[in-house]
Parts: sequence; structure tokens; C-alpha cells
Amino acid sequence: MTLTRPPLDQDAAARAAARFAADAPADVSYAVLDSPIGTLVAASTPRGLARLAYEDDNGGLDAILEALADRLSPRILEAPARLDPVRRELDEYFAGRREHFDLALDWALVAPFGRRVLRATAAIAFGQVSTYAQVAARAGSPKGSRAAGNALGANPMPIVIPCHRVLRSGGGLGGYTGGLHRKQALLAIEGVRET
Amino acid sequence: MTPPPFQRFLDEQRDDVWRFLVASVGRDAADDCFQETFLAALRAYPRTRVDNPRAWVLTIAHRKAIDHHRARARHPLPVGDALPDIPASSPTEPGDDGELWARVRALPAKQRAALTLRFAADLSHAEVARALGGSEEAARRLTHEGLKKLRLEMT
Repeated sequence: MTLTRPPLDQDAAARAAARFAADAPADVSYAVLDSPIGTLVAASTPRGLARLAYEDDNGGLDAILEALADRLSPRILEAPARLDPVRRELDEYFAGRREHFDLALDWALVAPFGRRVLRATAAIAFGQVSTYAQVAARAGSPKGSRAAGNALGANPMPIVIPCHRVLRSGGGLGGYTGGLHRKQALLAIEGVRET
Repeated sequence: MTPPPFQRFLDEQRDDVWRFLVASVGRDAADDCFQETFLAALRAYPRTRVDNPRAWVLTIAHRKAIDHHRARARHPLPVGDALPDIPASSPTEPGDDGELWARVRALPAKQRAALTLRFAADLSHAEVARALGGSEEAARRLTHEGLKKLRLEMT
């Protein structure tokens, strides 16, 4: 007598796994979101949104999740419903119906100086722009515009923390984590005409 | 060295765990055991260094299957549902193992565990032995005894 492996109902296994991921007490929950400027990966902890990444600009989903496992916790699960508020506010923003994000944020991925820079950046209103020097000054480091630029480049939550509103003093675009075409697209949504 | 994101571990192991649990506790109880298996794995995940993730999670699933069978033994279902519904003598269709696995579920606990770990989870005798907490020789003997009992029932 032989006992062969029982047949596998792959759909049932996938459903059980999805149900598990949706309810499990993960340290980090993530969702892959579509947006008009490309696929985004949003990740939150029980404290709030910790990461919003352009998928193509960060080595793809696996690399983004590995970095989160390394820096936050490996207990990461795909739980789209937990990211519903993020998805909703982003959809509203891209549809031109939202000028300010009301999401709880988890700053765990940001060092103290970066935090000051990003908080100063978050204070720049929709449709307005600032410069690296001004942001550095507001972060309490008037001569630190290069350091401020680095902190903005490492912004773990672009769009929601609007680093796209920070330009060079002469009016040049400067840099952007997701590529300059995205900075331009975001400024266009906000009605900013580049000089 | 950080372990991979748990979601990847879940994606890689879910099919084997599901197949093992369906064989070991049946389709209806498989989902609850599946949830408990991965919940236990998630809780242990950052602290446990795991060299063989597949054998590790299947060993957890095996323990959840034991818990399920024990709970069932303590709280038997109403008469009529207590035993697997097995026709007294029905020829097995080649390729259709549903009845055979129902008979495996009705075996004594250790034989059931050995057969499901070996043939549904496809673990090696050495891995089965580690999951059962005994020697490889004992695992082989349980497998042998279980198959013999099944053979006797089928004739």
C-alpha cells in the first residue's frame, strides 16, 4: 500500500493565508496601492503610517519589505484593510479633493534631525513651495541646507510628508526620491508652476 | 541576521501546512488549525532562529493537530458524527485518496502523526522523528505500523 500526498486545494490555502494576514497581530501591515504616479507600497505599525514607498524606485516590493524587516520588525504581513485610511486619503489627494493628510504617523524610521526637517516640511501648505535653506532654518539648523536635503531625500513617507514642495533657492527643482518626473507631477496636482 | 518578512514565510509555507492539516484533521477543522499554527509561528518569529522553516512550521502544525484531536476526544460530537464517515468496504479509486486519508485520521494518535508528517507533509524520517520528539527508528516503526494497520483495514 502506498499513501500519496493528498491533493492540494491551492485556492483554499490562499484564502486561509489571506484571512490569517488580515487579522494577525503583526508589527507591520502593508498594502500595495495604485496611484496615478505609479505603484506605492504603504506600511503602517499600530502607531501609524511608517513608510510610503515608490515601488519601482526602491528595488521592488521584496526589497522594501526586507528593509522594513531589518529596521522595524520582521513580523510583517499584507493586510490591505488596515491601510484603508491611507488609500482613501491618497485617492482624495490625487483626485484634487484633499489638501492635507490627517493620518497618524509613526516616525520610527526617521532620525531626530530628519524628524525636525520633515516636520518643518510638513508645515508647508498645499500649493506652496519652500527651499532647502528655509527648511533647514526652520529645523533649527540655518547652515544645514545640505543636511536638510539629505533628510528630505531619505523621507520615508513622500507625498504625505510633502518633500516635493521643497525646491532649490534659485527655483530649480532639486532632487526627489521617486524621480523628478514625480516631483513635477505632484507640483502640477497642487497647481504650482515651476519657474 | 534578520529573518525574511513574515509574509514571505507565510507565502512559502502555506500550501504545505494546508495540505498537512487537511490530511491530519480534515477539511472542516483545517482552517482553525491553520490560523493557530501561523499565529504561534508569528509570535515566536523574531526570537526563534530557524534553520529549516518548513520542518519548523509543520512541527507547529502537528502540535495544533494533536490539540484538535485531543479536544475532540474530550468533547465528542453527537453520535453519528463522532467517527469519520467511512463506508465499511468500498473500493478505492486510484488517484482518489480522500477515503484513505479519512482512515489515517482514525488511526491511533502516534501512527496518524507519523503517517501525516511523512506522507502528507513529505518530511524525511529524520524530520518526522524530530517533530515527534523520538528516534528515527521509532518514527520508521510508527510509519510501518500505521501502513500495516491501514492495509489490514482495507482487505
